[in-house]
Amino acid sequence: MTNLSSLSLTEMRDGLDSKKFSARELTSSSLKGAENLKGLNAFIEMASESALKAADEADIAMKRGSSTSRPLLGIPVAIKDMILTRGLKTTCASKILANFIPPYDATVTQRLKDAGAIVVGKTNLDEFAMGSSNENSAYGVVQNPWDTSRVPGGSSGGSAAAVAAGIVPVALGTDTGGSIRQPASFCGVVGIKPTYGRVSRYGVVAYASSLDQVGPIARNVRDAAKITKILAGNDKADATSSALRVTDYEAVLGREIKGLKVGIPKEYFIKGLNSEVEESVKAAIAQLISAGAEAVEISLPTTEVALSVYYVLAPAEASSNLSRYDGVKFGYRASGTKDLKELYSKTRSEGFGKEVKRRILIGTHVLSTGYYDAFYLRAQKVRKLIYEDFQRAFSSCDVIACPTAPSTAFKIGEKASDPLEMYLSDIFTIPVNLAGLPGISVPCGFDRAGLPIGLQLIGRQFEEETLFKVAYAYESSTQWHKKVPPVFAASK
Amino acid sequence: MEFETVIGLEAHVQLSTRSKIFCGSSTEFGAEPNEHVDPVTLGLPGSLPVLNRKVVEFAIMLGLATSCEIRRFNRFARKHYFYPDLPKGYQISQFDEPICERGKVVILLNDVHRTIGIKRIHMEEDAGKNIHDSRTSSSLVDLNRAGVPLLEIVSEPDIRSPAEAAAYLRSLRQLVRFLGVSDGNMDEGSLRCDANISLRPMGERKLGTRTEIKNINSFKFVERGLEYEVARQLSVLKSGGTILQETLTFDSVSGATRSLRSKEEAADYRYFPDPDLPPVTVEESWIEEVRARMPKLPQDAKKELVEAMGLTDYDAEVLTAERAFLDYFDAVYAVCKNARGACNWVTSELFGFLNKNNLDITASPIKPEDLGKLVQLVDTEVISGKMAKSVFEEMFATGTAPETIVQAKGLRQITGDEEILSAVRGVFEENAEQLAAYLGGNDRLHGFFVGKVMKTTGGNANPKKVNELILQEAKSRKESK
Amino acid sequence: MITKELLLKIAKLAHISVPESETTEFMNNLSSIFGYMEKLESVNVANVEPMSHVLGATNVLRADEVTPSLPVEEALQNAPDSSGRFIRVPIIIDSGVEH
Repeated sequence: MTNLSSLSLTEMRDGLDSKKFSARELTSSSLKGAENLKGLNAFIEMASESALKAADEADIAMKRGSSTSRPLLGIPVAIKDMILTRGLKTTCASKILANFIPPYDATVTQRLKDAGAIVVGKTNLDEFAMGSSNENSAYGVVQNPWDTSRVPGGSSGGSAAAVAAGIVPVALGTDTGGSIRQPASFCGVVGIKPTYGRVSRYGVVAYASSLDQVGPIARNVRDAAKITKILAGNDKADATSSALRVTDYEAVLGREIKGLKVGIPKEYFIKGLNSEVEESVKAAIAQLISAGAEAVEISLPTTEVALSVYYVLAPAEASSNLSRYDGVKFGYRASGTKDLKELYSKTRSEGFGKEVKRRILIGTHVLSTGYYDAFYLRAQKVRKLIYEDFQRAFSSCDVIACPTAPSTAFKIGEKASDPLEMYLSDIFTIPVNLAGLPGISVPCGFDRAGLPIGLQLIGRQFEEETLFKVAYAYESSTQWHKKVPPVFAASK
Repeated sequence: MEFETVIGLEAHVQLSTRSKIFCGSSTEFGAEPNEHVDPVTLGLPGSLPVLNRKVVEFAIMLGLATSCEIRRFNRFARKHYFYPDLPKGYQISQFDEPICERGKVVILLNDVHRTIGIKRIHMEEDAGKNIHDSRTSSSLVDLNRAGVPLLEIVSEPDIRSPAEAAAYLRSLRQLVRFLGVSDGNMDEGSLRCDANISLRPMGERKLGTRTEIKNINSFKFVERGLEYEVARQLSVLKSGGTILQETLTFDSVSGATRSLRSKEEAADYRYFPDPDLPPVTVEESWIEEVRARMPKLPQDAKKELVEAMGLTDYDAEVLTAERAFLDYFDAVYAVCKNARGACNWVTSELFGFLNKNNLDITASPIKPEDLGKLVQLVDTEVISGKMAKSVFEEMFATGTAPETIVQAKGLRQITGDEEILSAVRGVFEENAEQLAAYLGGNDRLHGFFVGKVMKTTGGNANPKKVNELILQEAKSRKESK
Repeated sequence: MITKELLLKIAKLAHISVPESETTEFMNNLSSIFGYMEKLESVNVANVEPMSHVLGATNVLRADEVTPSLPVEEALQNAPDSSGRFIRVPIIIDSGVEH
């Protein structure tokens, strides 16, 4: 029996509906895969018991009727452990939430469940989504399925690895500066960060509130479109979620891209960019041209300062959002403290990892009296300029194409000692969050070491349709997404 | 050297909304600990705030009532500090963009009107409550109150005495109760106040070093606490010392203020705009809509009572002390159309009875319409004023309508001249000796005859008529002599 | 340049204690990160409005309606220490920063 869990979402749906296999068999395959590949450390928590129970219920439901009203009925999914799941431990890969059991589901969790999905486990991540390599987890490093001595990317490293390794067809990630797209790129899978406000943040642990978004990591563009459609839409519990109607992202797949203008930002193809990455991405763009699109050179002059803006704004918001972890109402509380003040600092010092502490300190500083104007306020103004840069660019193109990351997956431990080095791996993804735009990463090749390379497409706000259309057009003419990592053999 | 007292008050008013400012948990007072706590109140990871529309409307209302400028573009800011009753580690408030600014409140003290400036009014969320448990050396946290909507009202340092401070606070209380935005109850904590107080030499424009007094939880303590502090600062300054800028708490037992901690190291709250809450734009149309729905303001109601209804300033003051009083009075007036009469019966009679029985006017056994009818019965001379008092007592005891009581007890006043005259003649006949003395010039016997006639008529004769007819009959007898 | 004094001041505000053994590392990390941020100083931001919300939405309000709260057991289920219906913490010494 083929490795059921490594099928795509679409294949699974067909298989279940045509009774080729049952939901229980599918979920069991997924759980078995997770077990066999536990060396990857992609999961923090498995929900085996409840998953199998839900699978059985799905089988009964499918016997009774069709799955049209519940498109994910019987499908195993994984959820990044930054997103709340009721009754199932949610740790954010941090010691400070090691025993936190949420009394409520995130809206995105609820929407997946309402669609019939089966949550098989919570995936590993960089602690509180702060990182680009999944080396900052209190639960250990995650390995890249393509080369287990390398990182899967971050912060949604666990989700990307789980999908790439064929454990689940789809996993939810979160993206604040590239945390869905960059790991998708490193792991050779598809990952989309929707427009800010397109998907509800209610129940998603906040890192940087004005930048965070939830999105799917999947094996192909169609699957990603399917999930995005289910997740997207207004949520009354999230005041920043958009009321704009959600269109049918799947319906546009296969449409022509003739005449579509593809913007090539000249600042993204500078020296220092890995030559193999550059080659693959340029070839991908050429592919789009041959499908009828038109290349247009655009300029995004603020690219140079985007990283600085991000590393003022994101830590600032993070330092604020993480104030609630004080050992009082939930989470870890340090013992042996003599008074409240000591309780706070000992709890937070023991509960948070180094990178989280670093960002809290940076954030606290840029918001403090005397520094606010020079740092925070200024960064907000430059953010406006970055936003305007993109607006201007989109007056001469419909979609922007560029590399997702400046390199392929690096070795575990290679950049861990220099935070600044690490931050630079998000140089192409960060501006997209700052401008609130949607961005998708699709596999566009491999380097000589066999490591995946990702093509990033960036769209105007709420034009996910365009992204899916172009991404699908590209994918249809390639085979990258069909390649499987060596671990597959081990997982059988 | 003469010193001037300079006081500024910061009042926090808890709003009478049903749900909290940023989530749907109930604001009900007196619930079991941690009964009204949801993920947003608790500050659970992933929870998000959503603004309650009514809070903005109440803020606009209060702003209009205090002649403030209403800000068009509003944002919320996060104010950071660590405390067990502050679940998120920050309070959502407004920082440099408060919804209302530059308003005023007029206070009346010792018959003098004074205008106290309002610097700003802004919206924010309340924190929970800590209860000290010294037995176990721990603190117990109840988050019911966390997230209840507050309006913070900051006055200009225009207040010049502790008595003025109390008057200002009373005006605020009256205003918020009138508007229905808060019950302004200091006992229950729905009205709280911190005071900033400093002294400066008379004529000096620069402000002196100020101290902040917290934990003032009654009107009485406002005056006493501030009086103590004024005296304390005065004695320090007069002896050549300097005032330390500090935060004090008022100890109601000793009547003294004592230091909480030095304010040298001001807290760094690291305010920044809350990214979870989109800005609120208050358009002119929204302001007009709120204005149209606003209840009458105390100052306008007072004006109407004095100018249109001819009541005294004092009466108007009493009737507008509470919105419920005014509503009651209006209902009485609507029936009897006699402002003076209505006012007297409400403030002299009804209030007395209510107080004696510890009842709130909203629990009055006498419906205002019935009281109106009672006034009408007196005005149309169906019953005498004196009789009305006993009818009133019966009404209070049983809640029965006055006409019913008058009917049942046959209390209709006798006003017919014939009837009373025959009673007068009868009494004259029966008391010949006194009559002779009376006709002879002993005017003091007039009261004797009034009493006799009233007794004969069972107290139902119209006293005015009785007086009139006794005099008339006596006069005609004198003349016929 | 992040001095040790500044680092400890920030740490105090953030209620995180930085052990002596780690101060140098943090100082160096923070200094290099802040050094990188100096790029922002050269950007011309004259007449530019700060962007705190990227979608430009306003007036997202809800009606004043009561929705169910958590049962107290659920509200307290993750509390490290509780007593009856209360969350329990070590005694608070001074009467508080606010209220």
